[in-house]
Amino acid sequence: MDFPTALVLNAIIAGLLLGGLYAAMSVGVSISFGMLDVVNIAHPGFIILGSYIAYIVNARLGFDPIAVGIVVSPLFFALGMALYRVYYLCFERRGQESLRGLAFFFGILFITEVALILVFGVDYRMVSAAYQDTTMRLGPVDFPMRLVVPFLVAMAMVIGVEIFLTRTFFGRAVLAVAQDSLALRLMGVDTLRVKEFAFALSIATAGMAGVLLVVIQPVQPAIGREYIGLVFAVCVLGGMGSIRGTLVGALILGLAESFTATFAGPSWAPAVSFGILLGTLAFKPSGLFGR
Amino acid sequence: MSNRAFALVVFAAAAGIIAASRLVTNDYYFSAAYTVLQFVILATAWNILGGYAGYVNFGSAAFFAVGAYSSVFLYRWVHAPLPVMIVTGTLVAGLLGFGVGYLTLRLRGVFFAIATLALAVVLFTCVVNWDYVGGSRGAYILQPKDLPFGLKRYIHVLFGAMVLMAGVALVVARTIETSAIGRGLAAIRDDELAAECAGVPTLRLKILAASVSGALMGMAGTTFPYYLSYVEPSAAFNLSYAVNSIAMPLIGGMMSWMGPLLGALLLGTVQQVVQVTVSSEWNLLIVGVLLVAFVTLAPNGIMGWVDKWKRRRK
Amino acid sequence: MTPLLRVTGVTKRFGGFTALDGVDLEVAPGERLGLIGPNGSGKSTLVNCIAGTLRNEAGRIELDGRDIGREPAFKRVHLGVSRSFQIPRPFASMSVIDNLRIPILYGVKAPVTLDAGRATDEAMRILDQVGLGEKAQAMSAGLTQVDMRKLELARAIAAKPRLLIADEAMAGLSASEVDDILALLFTLKERGVAVIMIEHVMRAVMKFSERIAVLVAGKKIADGDPQAVVAKPEVVSAYLGQ
Repeated sequence: MDFPTALVLNAIIAGLLLGGLYAAMSVGVSISFGMLDVVNIAHPGFIILGSYIAYIVNARLGFDPIAVGIVVSPLFFALGMALYRVYYLCFERRGQESLRGLAFFFGILFITEVALILVFGVDYRMVSAAYQDTTMRLGPVDFPMRLVVPFLVAMAMVIGVEIFLTRTFFGRAVLAVAQDSLALRLMGVDTLRVKEFAFALSIATAGMAGVLLVVIQPVQPAIGREYIGLVFAVCVLGGMGSIRGTLVGALILGLAESFTATFAGPSWAPAVSFGILLGTLAFKPSGLFGR
Repeated sequence: MSNRAFALVVFAAAAGIIAASRLVTNDYYFSAAYTVLQFVILATAWNILGGYAGYVNFGSAAFFAVGAYSSVFLYRWVHAPLPVMIVTGTLVAGLLGFGVGYLTLRLRGVFFAIATLALAVVLFTCVVNWDYVGGSRGAYILQPKDLPFGLKRYIHVLFGAMVLMAGVALVVARTIETSAIGRGLAAIRDDELAAECAGVPTLRLKILAASVSGALMGMAGTTFPYYLSYVEPSAAFNLSYAVNSIAMPLIGGMMSWMGPLLGALLLGTVQQVVQVTVSSEWNLLIVGVLLVAFVTLAPNGIMGWVDKWKRRRK
Repeated sequence: MTPLLRVTGVTKRFGGFTALDGVDLEVAPGERLGLIGPNGSGKSTLVNCIAGTLRNEAGRIELDGRDIGREPAFKRVHLGVSRSFQIPRPFASMSVIDNLRIPILYGVKAPVTLDAGRATDEAMRILDQVGLGEKAQAMSAGLTQVDMRKLELARAIAAKPRLLIADEAMAGLSASEVDDILALLFTLKERGVAVIMIEHVMRAVMKFSERIAVLVAGKKIADGDPQAVVAKPEVVSAYLGQ
């Protein structure tokens, strides 16, 4: 039997391109969970929210979804700040960590999903962008623009976040807060504002990731929950709080899902990310790049 | 009240409820009661790990579905009688709880919670791909023609079974709560590190709680295929189970067996009313909002208010 | 006579930072050892390694000649090692007496079929001993600092230890409160319980210890008679910072 070169190559390319999207979806969790220790499982809810906002503006006004995403980012940023305020006042300050915070975010995720169902129904929605139907060909390998454009934007965003965190003052304050909040407070830094900013950033990335998602595939409200495992799998695999780790983890997961979909069938794909998550948690919880 | 006395009271009440139900003629009430009882079992079960030990399980639907699908499997395979289905489903779900617990309870509570989320999706995918139990097309389960105890309608049998199972769940929960194990779990919930340093075998107790909790949640699902006569994955893995098994103990109060019972009865009844008068989506939205409201403003639930009021009177 | 506790060459690293570097320590049965050293010298890390809440990368920890390095923390409690925490960690949802029931039920090797009455009696006995007898029903979360410290120690005592490690039990307390705690620790002597006292309150350390060990930057730099040790130039400079 001929070695299915074309199939494998395409699976690799699709996997890598998908991995870019996954990185965009997970970088926010890397910040909120990996650095701030806030278990925001409502993160995918904000991703889907971004998808639906892109959908609605695109459907009504015809604007390019990615452009919409960029314009709407400040909105998500503000939303993130508000959400963190509530979380901080009700949970972190009282020291009632895990249980309540988890239940809180679960409730938020839940409310988001049901609200979307009420407004939009359970049908799949998609956007139409100019480049979605174009596909570049390089020998046996397809490069669908539907995947390539979001990949490029995702990469830009993730690299942008990494540069921000490592090169700017405020970004480094975020990294510092992750390591030693008390020391930072003693040095006179308002850690609450730093954390608030970081969390807001994570939600902003979620909104943008949602826009990229809906360019790639149609969405419906329940998808959010399916991506929880993926987003946390990437974060844990990559070692919690390492942006580079998140990128690598995302690419690995993208490849794993792509190969599963190609060779075992697409209905098994959701199980892959969760399976990897369970496996990582059970056997190497510090992840590949873990501290 | 000793646990033995409590068990007697509970089963006497169960017998009384079943006897009283003979007077009800409208089958709708049996159906509604079935759903509320489902929630009583789920909420009570969830609370054993969530409330007593402080480890949140987001995958209640997975354990519930395991109970339901093991019944489907037994039906397809050997047409097993209901009691066999119930016991098997409970054991299989308990095994699942043990397995997941063993793998992930040695990590922080947060990772356990995420793992349970993952579990629900993995199992859902497996069930969807498993043709023997119907896969995504679903499976038909026919209710038996011969009914025991001279009952006329199968929903009455199911109702009776659920009342008894609810009794079992309550007795198990209270027995754990008042035993040394319950104290150990409470210590784990309050401060796991201090508990470990006081000699509490934290991992062992957590795995025990996870197994019992999972088993009871599976028990709640074992009669579900008969109730619906037709089971497909999205019914068994319904979002409503996931959110309600957390919301009900939270709203009722997580420190004792009374909270989940109260929360399930209250919230379950409210939902039945809303579902019929408005819609099931609004229903879920209301539950979600209540969950967030209670967790931020009244984290000890209704029983928490009661305790506070009692203490103020002293 | 075999030492009760023998720590040999214990090393603990956190990433690139070496918190403990080849520490040796011995405690005889019933001995009162003071462990001092500047902040960050690794005292709490050593306690955590002995108690089992941290795993050391290298070295041995032996109790009565038996290697306990692989045992989980709760097993070490059963074997006789008990510790109190620097910052008190009460079981906040429980009353004072219920806090004590936990180590009474679980502190010794299971299964413990202690009926409720016996457990209550024993708890009250210990509470009276530490001076919390009247506050038995009070919620542990609302106690004063010094009462919380007493509860910490009461909990550690209730596990019937052969070795008790008191981690800065007197930090921030007034002179008379320090005396209270000190008196409490002295009563352990009657029961033959060895005590490692980690403290900065030098008055208490000097009064209490039969021997003093000094930890600086993860290394033990002195170990012996209290008067001799505190007179050593290295010890003085470590504290005054040269």
